[in-house]
Amino acid sequence: MKGQPLIRFSNVNFTYAKTQTRDGWQALKDVNLEIYEHEFVAVLGRNGSGKSTLAKHVNALLTPSSGQVLVAGLDTSIPEHVWEIRQKVGMVFQNPDNQLVATTVEEDVAFGPENLGIPSAEIHRRVTEALEAVGMLQYRLHPPHRLSGGQKQRVAIAGIVSMRPKCIVLDEPTAMLDPAGRQEVMQTIHRLNKEEGITVLHITHHMDEVIGADRVLVMDQGRIVLEGTPREVFSQAELLRELHLDVPQITDLGQRLRKRGLAVPQGILTVNEMVMHLCPSD
Amino acid sequence: MSIRLENVSFRYLEDTPMETDALTDVSLEIEDGEFVGIIGPTGSGKSTLIQHFNGLLLPTSGKVWVDGVDLTAKGTQLRLIRQKVGMVFQYPEHQLFGETILEDVGFGPRNGGLPEAEVVERVRRALAYVGLDFEELKDQSPFELSGGQKRRVAIAGVLAMEPSVLILDEPTAGLDPKGREEILDEICTIHKERGITVILVSHSMEDVARLADRLIVMHRGRVALDGTPVEVFRQADTLKSLGLGLPQVTELMHELKAKGLAVNTDILTVEAAEEEIVRVMGGQR
Repeated sequence: MKGQPLIRFSNVNFTYAKTQTRDGWQALKDVNLEIYEHEFVAVLGRNGSGKSTLAKHVNALLTPSSGQVLVAGLDTSIPEHVWEIRQKVGMVFQNPDNQLVATTVEEDVAFGPENLGIPSAEIHRRVTEALEAVGMLQYRLHPPHRLSGGQKQRVAIAGIVSMRPKCIVLDEPTAMLDPAGRQEVMQTIHRLNKEEGITVLHITHHMDEVIGADRVLVMDQGRIVLEGTPREVFSQAELLRELHLDVPQITDLGQRLRKRGLAVPQGILTVNEMVMHLCPSD
Repeated sequence: MSIRLENVSFRYLEDTPMETDALTDVSLEIEDGEFVGIIGPTGSGKSTLIQHFNGLLLPTSGKVWVDGVDLTAKGTQLRLIRQKVGMVFQYPEHQLFGETILEDVGFGPRNGGLPEAEVVERVRRALAYVGLDFEELKDQSPFELSGGQKRRVAIAGVLAMEPSVLILDEPTAGLDPKGREEILDEICTIHKERGITVILVSHSMEDVARLADRLIVMHRGRVALDGTPVEVFRQADTLKSLGLGLPQVTELMHELKAKGLAVNTDILTVEAAEEEIVRVMGGQR
């Protein structure tokens, strides 16, 4: 996994400018971060902790007030790099209805590659591949507004995949979805990460969505305050609560049972794991 | 104040090619002071159902009574019903509009013709219920608040009408875990202290299991299950076939039982699961 990081934040600070109604405030404070190719990194944090600001720095929607962000070696502060950076890093946002632009699914997915001036036979191939990768190929001629929330988000993701990015940044892509839609989207993201090798930066405050990540970052007040595997992070239940976060019910239960003297390890993440420890193998 | 539906069916876009049956033959009664959770997959009719509770939608066939008043009868003043049955929609902060919080939260009572002193008093009480300070916030713009606070102000706008029934459609969507917990705690307090009926539409089995004393499970426009949380979550197989799950701890208890452990599976909270596992496993060690 090591080697050159795909994304590197060095001492990044970011301050939003004062507006008519709101004073300026510092949303990122001295952030240092390296993300490697093929990694699945989840970012947790309460509302207002700086998660989205961090995400927007990865594809140069925002650039640091001080410090540096490099994407595949390209400095996001240099305007000439922005075009290339945005081809390498695609973003998916919270509200599926704000991201779809065309009257059919396939036109929507083709929008990105068309803008890149790719020949139409190649676009056709990419659209097919991208829709296949998110499991939406049979909907290619459907109007996007008739799809479910989860399906819309998968189309938005396909629109990114068709650009052949190295990395996808997802800013709370499941916040407006029901449990079935959330599951569809999470499975899609994991499949793209595993099968297509796309690096994923997934921002969420659903604790159960970080369980499959390689690494979890927890943000608070503009800083990365905790970092580790999901198991390591969820072992810090007290700290997470202080940060306005929570642990999954099953992790909470594991901790309570440990305190009561039962032989349950730290940081249990799933029901199956818990069953294995309470009823060791038959 | 009770709500009663008798053989209610509702069809969107009747007599067009887009005609869809959203509710089919729904009969139910919600009693005064109940805390009811409504669950079901997207498209199961939850939102259509709750909009029948205050006459935002009227049934294609069947009858709806609120507080003994037949909403389908000619001449029924739906406006009066809507003052008694308050509805908090999804992402209610999108509907904030006032220049100040006092103006926004006070809009309903002021519009209802209450004297200004009474309006101010109601705004004060409504804000207190959602954990916001009247003196500190009354002259501020609602748009300068954080997401969680905006949500609270929007809920306060409904509470200021002092409804007898409070309906909330996914009130915690998009909030962080602490924000979710705080809003749910506030709703619980309002239910206990004011004794009003609460109807909560939610996707979180954990939340409804913990809060509601009755669950209505919707599926394809019909009531699939209706009972106490314990009764409903006993129907694990039915819930799974409807694409719904169990609270994580309830699922664990079912799994442990399947492994031969003599645990009670009627467990809905982490605390109860802890006690039950200690009770059963404690003896084995």
